[in-house]
Amino acid sequence: MPYTYLEEIAIADAAFEARADTREGLFVEAGDALVNVMVEDLKSVRPLVRRSFHAQAEDLERLLFEYLQQFIFFKDAEQLLLRVSKVAITEESGMLELTAEAAGEKIDPKRHDLNADVKAVTLHRFRVRHEPGGWTAVVVLDI
Amino acid sequence: MAVPRELRQISDAVWELPVSWKPGMRVPARLYGTRDLVEHFDDGVFEQAANVATLPGIQKYSFCMPDGHWGYGFPIGGVAAFDPDEGVISPGGIGFDINCGMRLVATNLTCGEVEPHLHRLVDRLFERIPSGVGSTGFVRLDEDEFLDVVEQGSRWCLRNGYALPEDLELTEEQGCMEGADAAKVSHKAVQRGHNQIGTLGSGNHYLEIQVARKENIFNPGLARAFGITMPDQVVVMYHCGSRGFGHQVATDYLHVLLDVMERVYGIRIIDRELACAPFRSPQGQDYFSAMKCAVNMSFANRQVILHRVREVFSDVFGKSPDDLGIRQVYDVTHNTAKLEEHVIDGRRRRVLIHRKGSTRAFGPGMEGIPERYKPFGQPVIIGGSMETGSYLLAGVESGDQTFYSTAHGSGRVMSRHSARKKYQGKNLVREMQFRGIYVRTASLRGLAEEAGGAYKDIDAVARASELAGISTPVVRLTPIGNIKG
Repeated sequence: MPYTYLEEIAIADAAFEARADTREGLFVEAGDALVNVMVEDLKSVRPLVRRSFHAQAEDLERLLFEYLQQFIFFKDAEQLLLRVSKVAITEESGMLELTAEAAGEKIDPKRHDLNADVKAVTLHRFRVRHEPGGWTAVVVLDI
Repeated sequence: MAVPRELRQISDAVWELPVSWKPGMRVPARLYGTRDLVEHFDDGVFEQAANVATLPGIQKYSFCMPDGHWGYGFPIGGVAAFDPDEGVISPGGIGFDINCGMRLVATNLTCGEVEPHLHRLVDRLFERIPSGVGSTGFVRLDEDEFLDVVEQGSRWCLRNGYALPEDLELTEEQGCMEGADAAKVSHKAVQRGHNQIGTLGSGNHYLEIQVARKENIFNPGLARAFGITMPDQVVVMYHCGSRGFGHQVATDYLHVLLDVMERVYGIRIIDRELACAPFRSPQGQDYFSAMKCAVNMSFANRQVILHRVREVFSDVFGKSPDDLGIRQVYDVTHNTAKLEEHVIDGRRRRVLIHRKGSTRAFGPGMEGIPERYKPFGQPVIIGGSMETGSYLLAGVESGDQTFYSTAHGSGRVMSRHSARKKYQGKNLVREMQFRGIYVRTASLRGLAEEAGGAYKDIDAVARASELAGISTPVVRLTPIGNIKG
């Protein structure tokens, strides 16, 4: 799996490490890792509604943070579980800009095998790295 | 787990880490707990309590309560007082779930009277008080109306028929923290929270039907004063917070403060989750006002849930809530910062107290507790794991040592992941039923994460708080029904 949950970083919460060849791919995996904390089977989330994510930040870590926040936002504001299949990141005068196309559906406890709610993305041990083997991110979520 | 060698025992249940333990500590860290509890603290507790001790303006000690465990920035169970003129305010000292808290409600029913109806009662409560991921409440508010709620808390509930005047009297801050300014919260926070009033949430949030068994009433005088007047009396206890609204306020201001902390105010910190700003700075004051909105949203949330509890009991037993003696005992907050007056080095001073996963526990006679409880001290409600039980305690005079703060729960010892591997939700439901606890849950896996074995021993936590002199146990409450987010 392109992401794994880290057991003992946060005893009261959930943490994951996501990996991908590209930074765009890393964002896709990290989004799935977050949503997978809330719903057991990502395949049960049908792409019935679409939302666009936009985020801006000075660095990639902050950009990932802002991007992950959007999954939590739509979960509370519109009760949507979303998955992102495509991310585009561009750079303009020192600012990183992200656009992502998300698709998903309204939470339905009858269809979705739900786990714990994610309250927030924390900055604890939050990091994005580009290593010879590809991109990795470590994220701790508040439950 | 390695207990630091420099940790010095001050008394049976108080331990101290000196300022020499970590560079930058301005005051020592004081950790509360018996030897056994302290030896089992995770390493993060010592590190984080020491990190808090480095923050500007901290007074006396950086505290950690007996149920302490690793958190973000502050440990869970962390308490610290700051000079309002020279000190800071830090969202990491309050937590993401602002005013996550406990409410205890008494009835005049006995366990024998409730048991024949228990399944129906729990099923109805489970239906009427939404819980779990993405749940929304029955109070439909547009965003403007929601802004009134966050500025007025339980007062809004009283005006709209969701509260009795007595409920407000028996809530910390009377259900509304003064100075909440909705202009200081983001639109995102409002969008996340405006449909969540009257919902439990998930994680460690729950509602329980509990019993005060005769052998568990340790202090009959105080129990009577707090409304626990007969053996086997049934009570309702619940734990929830400010939901997505509070989480967003915390997230927003973590970044606002990170952006200005070093650049504008020259404050350097050890951990990004300790982001802070001078309390008197514009950003510090904005966060304080926004935090109060989240505090009020949470009071309103627990108040609307009480309204639902009254409706459900009334339906199931065919009597009015009044005839069923449904009366709030008290409502306490866990995750807040408040300006309070305390005596420090012989001088009465106003300080900003951060309590994160800690309960205020004012002693007898203190201002800020309901008149009727003044001779006895403030009721303190400590929630245990869903399998073991919970406590009603009272604040005591010797609580001045921690600025009148005590524990808030049992504190986790096992990761959610490990708990899921060790326990199975379905088996847990069966085993609990066998032991007389009927459970309904929005998530069986979520339930497994909350198994009793994932938590510290609640009795040890209550004992340590008494041994240290920061609160005194009144009644131990045993669960018979539980709804779990």
